[in-house]
Amino acid sequence: FPIILKSDVISTVEFNQTGEFLATGDKGGRVVIFQREPQGEYNVYSTFQSHEPEFDYLKSLEIEEKINKIRWLPPHNPAHFLLTTNDKTVKLWKVSERDKRAEGYNLRDEEGRLKDLSTITTLQVPVLRPMDLLVEASPRRVFANAHAYHINSISVNSDCETYLSADDLRINLWHLNITDRSFNIVDLKPENMEDLSEVITVAEFHPHHCHLLAFSSSTGTTRLCDMRARALCDQHAKLFEEAVDPSRRSFFSEIVSSVSDVKFSHSGRYLLTRDYLTVKVWDLNMENKPLETYQVHDYLRTKLCSLYESDCIFDKFECAWNGTDSVIMTGAYNNYFRMFDRASLRDVTLEASREVCKRRAVLQPRRVCVGKKRKETDVSVDSLDFRKKILHTAWHPKENIIAIAASNNLYIFQDRMAPNGHHNTPEIQSAPPK
Amino acid sequence: MACCQSRRKTPPPSAVHCRSWLLLAALCNLCWRGRRSSSFTIKPGLQTLMTLAIKEHEQHERLEKLKTLFGLPVNKAKLTSQRTRLKNQNGFHLCRLGREVYTFVSTSRMSGSLLNMFSKGTKRKFSDGDEEISDESLVGARVASSYSLQRQSLLDMSLIKLQLCHMLVEPNLCRSVLIANTVRQIQEEMTHDGSWHMVAEAFCSAGQSPSERLVATEVLCRSREQDAEPKLFSVISYEGCREEEVVADETLCSVSVSDTVSNVCLAGRIGQCWEKSELSGVERDEEALEDSRLGSGEDEEIDTKDRASTESPKTIGQVFGTFEIKNGSPGPDSALEELFSDVDTSYYDLDTMLTGMQSAPKMGPYDILDSLAPSHSSPSIVSTPNCRSDLNELDHIMEIIVGS
Repeated sequence: FPIILKSDVISTVEFNQTGEFLATGDKGGRVVIFQREPQGEYNVYSTFQSHEPEFDYLKSLEIEEKINKIRWLPPHNPAHFLLTTNDKTVKLWKVSERDKRAEGYNLRDEEGRLKDLSTITTLQVPVLRPMDLLVEASPRRVFANAHAYHINSISVNSDCETYLSADDLRINLWHLNITDRSFNIVDLKPENMEDLSEVITVAEFHPHHCHLLAFSSSTGTTRLCDMRARALCDQHAKLFEEAVDPSRRSFFSEIVSSVSDVKFSHSGRYLLTRDYLTVKVWDLNMENKPLETYQVHDYLRTKLCSLYESDCIFDKFECAWNGTDSVIMTGAYNNYFRMFDRASLRDVTLEASREVCKRRAVLQPRRVCVGKKRKETDVSVDSLDFRKKILHTAWHPKENIIAIAASNNLYIFQDRMAPNGHHNTPEIQSAPPK
Repeated sequence: MACCQSRRKTPPPSAVHCRSWLLLAALCNLCWRGRRSSSFTIKPGLQTLMTLAIKEHEQHERLEKLKTLFGLPVNKAKLTSQRTRLKNQNGFHLCRLGREVYTFVSTSRMSGSLLNMFSKGTKRKFSDGDEEISDESLVGARVASSYSLQRQSLLDMSLIKLQLCHMLVEPNLCRSVLIANTVRQIQEEMTHDGSWHMVAEAFCSAGQSPSERLVATEVLCRSREQDAEPKLFSVISYEGCREEEVVADETLCSVSVSDTVSNVCLAGRIGQCWEKSELSGVERDEEALEDSRLGSGEDEEIDTKDRASTESPKTIGQVFGTFEIKNGSPGPDSALEELFSDVDTSYYDLDTMLTGMQSAPKMGPYDILDSLAPSHSSPSIVSTPNCRSDLNELDHIMEIIVGS
């Protein structure tokens, strides 16, 4: 039984806008950035400690250094900028390369010591000489003290100047250059905390319209807000909620309907929401029901009570679109992840684990069966390992490359055979443990 | 454990033992509250000995150490086992209640429903079993339908989750809200089909409350028929402690009583759960609850007579509706003084907590920032230097003892 350090567990994965870089954050507050090599492989580019654990003496509580989300800023100069956040503080990091060094200073020698001025007889112009590539990460902004609750998401606006940070009850709007104040745009905190029945789970800006944002709640609703309407967006412009059949309601209906992730499609026309058992595609123009619903692991529906007891029912799975919005992907238990092709309505279950994945091997589809096994390779529901969950997944913005985080392992799969999206023959590309 | 919750005039025979356990727990907390790999957390303040938050991936050795420390037999069972139960000579079980929480519960204090939850398939032994749970009353008092049973066990489970959702970090608000909504839903349904009312009536026949009982407990358990004007609680977390004692005792005596008493009195914790996370940290309350739950274990015979809740419990809504922070009252303080007279309270200073709570009753959107200002936070800040120097000392002592 391998012992995995809690601090190594990956807590977020994110490709940048070009797909050249992949950033991962872990529970120990570290960020590891991978860069895609010309051959197509991803190798470690930079590692830095983004957040440190803090102690709130006022409340006598520890503030975890776990990185909850990473979001890349759109590139505008050779350096790379990313926002990282833990429960309380958002930081803007600049990751830059240095491959040249100036040599031949007049006042200092090669080691940096001051020269004795009396020994200087001539002047020289320093020249730039190449050096080994050095990647430096430096914090450029720290956005702190704006959230009383735990930050669950950040999202950069399409205007590239502002971004939002959302905690359980509030969403704040920041300017990237201003760290000492932010605007509150959504506030769900009730007058009386005992009336609290709904929290914000995820928030995201629209990819093209800088005035639109979506946020989902624990009650299973997703709201679209227009910031032009008024300063405080408590009133939604659209409310996406699917009515639950009252005859099928159970005590777990609400928990199971709680939305754990929201993603706008690249086109900006659709919304992808993930709740505990399903993943749904919504058309922004239709609020009353989703366009498509995909069952991720419906076989768990009869096991909700034990999942509630073990707290697994509160697991927050993420979801992802592919570059063309034709395939959606999400994680499940037992290190499985699922992909759904929207056009052909085909889906596949794959496993990301060391035992199964060898380099350059082709992943075999898996199937979970509820009753008797129909095939040898079928896995019974009762033998699923609920401690192995794939919560964080990311899809390359243009190509069919996916990143899957399974506890402390990162798997990067590439599909070289079928560029149009369906992962029939994915190859495992790298799985470096920390 | 008993010294925290005992209402008896004379200290219990094991007072010294209890006090040393309490202190030891405090030391454990201070020593092991490492930043990255802390496993055991027992918060200062109204501490509970027995509720430990253990992260699932923690090394096996830490558990062994703890067990050795508390005189429990060292067990080879893995941390990830859902049903790990250990028993020590004092008749306490180490129960794994959830993924991350262990609690010490007296063997004889566990109600039938709780045991059902935690020991699916494993044989339960009431080995030290001084007390016997009367199975007849358990079965007889319950509504004989599996749906009700399931609903009831779900309710119990939810309430326990709410109480025990504390960790070193603030509890997950989303999870707490979802659990609380589930509890509300169950309670509404029970109210709707009358089973709530039936159980509520069962309370009316209980005895008189003792004089030293807190105002708040009385208020909380007042009959629903009476007009509920806003009542004041003096020390929220401490009240939780008291309520929980009532619950635990009732729980033990008869199922029907236990179910709903736990519903209502513990339900008070729901609102306080996330209120606490904003104000002062959920851990203290829940530890207080745990404290009382455990403490009542040893005093059951005596306290049952004393402290039965007299009136019918309120609905969750009414409990929430009457929730308000009172600005200090002499009564509870004197009771507290008496109880803690033999315990060193240097670093869990109730006055500090009281004043700390007063200074931050309801917080608006950015009040958290205001509260960091000296004027509001001085009570808390004043206490911390004292705490910290003591912490360092105790840290040092603990390290020597544990040898970690």
